[in-house]
Amino acid sequence: MSVDLLTSLLQTTITMAVPLLLAGLGELVVERAGVVNIGLEGMLLSGAFAAMIATFFTHIPLLGLVCGCAAGALLAGLFACVVVGLGGNQVVVGTALNLLAIGATGVAYRAIFGVTGAALTVDGFALWPVPLLSQLPVVGALFDQPLLGYAAFALVPLISFGLFRTLAGVKLRMVGENPRAAAAQGVAVRFTQTAALLACGMLAGAAGSYLAVAYAKTFVEGMSAGRGFIALAIVIFGRWSPWGVLATSLLFGMATALQFHVQALGLAIPYQFLLMLPYVLTLIVLAGYAGTTRAPAALGTPLDEA
Amino acid sequence: MQRLINRVLPSLLALIGALVVSGLAIALSGSSPLLAFEALLDGAFGSLDGLSEVAVKSCPLLLTGLAVAVSFQAGIWNIGAEGQLLMGALAIAVIGSRATWLPQPIGLPLALGASATFGALWAGIAAQLKLRRQVNEVISTIMLNFIALGLLSYLVQGPLMEAGGRYPQSDALSPEFLMPRLSPYRIHLGLLLALFLAAAMQVFLYRSVAGYEIRATGLSPEAARLAGIDVRRRLLLALLLSGALAGLAGGIEVSAITRRLYERLSPGWGFTAIAVGLLGRLSPVGVVAAAFLFGAMDAGSNAMQRVAGVSSVLVSIIQATVIFFLVAFERRTWFSKISAEPD
Repeated sequence: MSVDLLTSLLQTTITMAVPLLLAGLGELVVERAGVVNIGLEGMLLSGAFAAMIATFFTHIPLLGLVCGCAAGALLAGLFACVVVGLGGNQVVVGTALNLLAIGATGVAYRAIFGVTGAALTVDGFALWPVPLLSQLPVVGALFDQPLLGYAAFALVPLISFGLFRTLAGVKLRMVGENPRAAAAQGVAVRFTQTAALLACGMLAGAAGSYLAVAYAKTFVEGMSAGRGFIALAIVIFGRWSPWGVLATSLLFGMATALQFHVQALGLAIPYQFLLMLPYVLTLIVLAGYAGTTRAPAALGTPLDEA
Repeated sequence: MQRLINRVLPSLLALIGALVVSGLAIALSGSSPLLAFEALLDGAFGSLDGLSEVAVKSCPLLLTGLAVAVSFQAGIWNIGAEGQLLMGALAIAVIGSRATWLPQPIGLPLALGASATFGALWAGIAAQLKLRRQVNEVISTIMLNFIALGLLSYLVQGPLMEAGGRYPQSDALSPEFLMPRLSPYRIHLGLLLALFLAAAMQVFLYRSVAGYEIRATGLSPEAARLAGIDVRRRLLLALLLSGALAGLAGGIEVSAITRRLYERLSPGWGFTAIAVGLLGRLSPVGVVAAAFLFGAMDAGSNAMQRVAGVSSVLVSIIQATVIFFLVAFERRTWFSKISAEPD
């Protein structure tokens, strides 16, 4: 394998991994608080849409990111109202959220840009190459990213510290393991879950922003293309740990990146098999977990039944 | 009468709420809600062709809606109707373009049976993972959706690609496997089959021991177990039935409408089905009504896009808001008291 090929493979892997990492970390936080957020895909999609629109009209990518995060948080707030506030079923509400995002972005996109919305492009985030390091062969790609890319990687130790070394993190995990016991200890269960959901929404919105503004530099209806669901898989595969999520994001990012390089690599694998790989691996890992599961104990349980 | 009103009222209110919200969305997007809804209604009910399309669009929603209803009633969150539908479509496409020696009266039912079986097998993977390895069915069915889609994509671009090799689609089904239509319209016999199955499911769920045990399992697995019900067998049965119904939806769609297999076969019926199931209060009769309603929206949405300039994906907003309202109502005590009344 030539150095050029390796370099470009690594570059694509990182580009593919960053949105998965951001969304995966968001889902990790919320699942640690006992909520399964199937609506991640919808949050990603609306984040991508809002970021693209804001960047397109203001030409300020940073503002796009802010709007993307806000859109994700808005959907997360809706989710929190129905699920945490009213105790609605997480799976059903998450599915509705995805439908809502598809509909709302589709209608809004058409209303703003009409039928011929093609060829809308934005400048994208500025790259911030690290002096010297970005010149390195092969791994240079790691040090030539937009700030959001670095932030995604920096969030891994931060979230790890927050979850396992701070009081707030302990409380959050208590809620995910046993909300009744947490409540008895004086932890504000609903507040904790709502805060976790909002954080998840912002991270998913950031993931969507990266997808639209940094990677595609445009918006296409349904452009999240299942990444929200891959992020769900990543949390499971990464065993509900931030470092596990990082490793799995890179692994799944590489599986996605490989499809662009299959021919150059001389691999005789149909690209669809590479796309299916994350899902198949997740099923296998889940089946292997039997009895030793590390999922938060109260994951997916409505509060009044916990 | 009072009971009927109590059962239908939440659905009606949810629907009205959804229309108000989507009307607002249309107004915000700069079009006239009245014009849009008028175009939608006219597209669906304004002509014989429109009516036929309503039936055509309702059929897969009805079957997948039943699939969702039976699994949700058992307390199994089968999000995988989409994948099960695709596997059913795959089965009939393989048989229908190859086993051409079978006469139609035998071939078509056999092929549809294969579709149902494939759907059930695909759901069976999730069932085995749940029963043997305690894998949550929500996650496994989502993963299986994507695996089914990938498999389909590979097959229509590879081994199953049409003989000419021009487009990523399978060969057309041979005539023995085509569902009879009422020409010149597209309305087909599959709708009758779907309606018959809805009636059968109504009887099964509310008048048979197995159906009673499935519902009891869904209400409280622990209580069902103490009452001597084999909970694991009932969960398996519900999920297999659910998969079979979804698989059949795919089989009928290919046999009656698309007549070939291709990647974008389903516009997400398996997910719309969740809205259909909930709107129908998880009862087969209710699902029939909800499926026709969403089928009509689907059929009319293209006319709405053409006439009023509102994207046809607006229908997704309506579906989503219906779900939100129903979930919200369900959690309000005065509504849950009503719906907790015995049938």
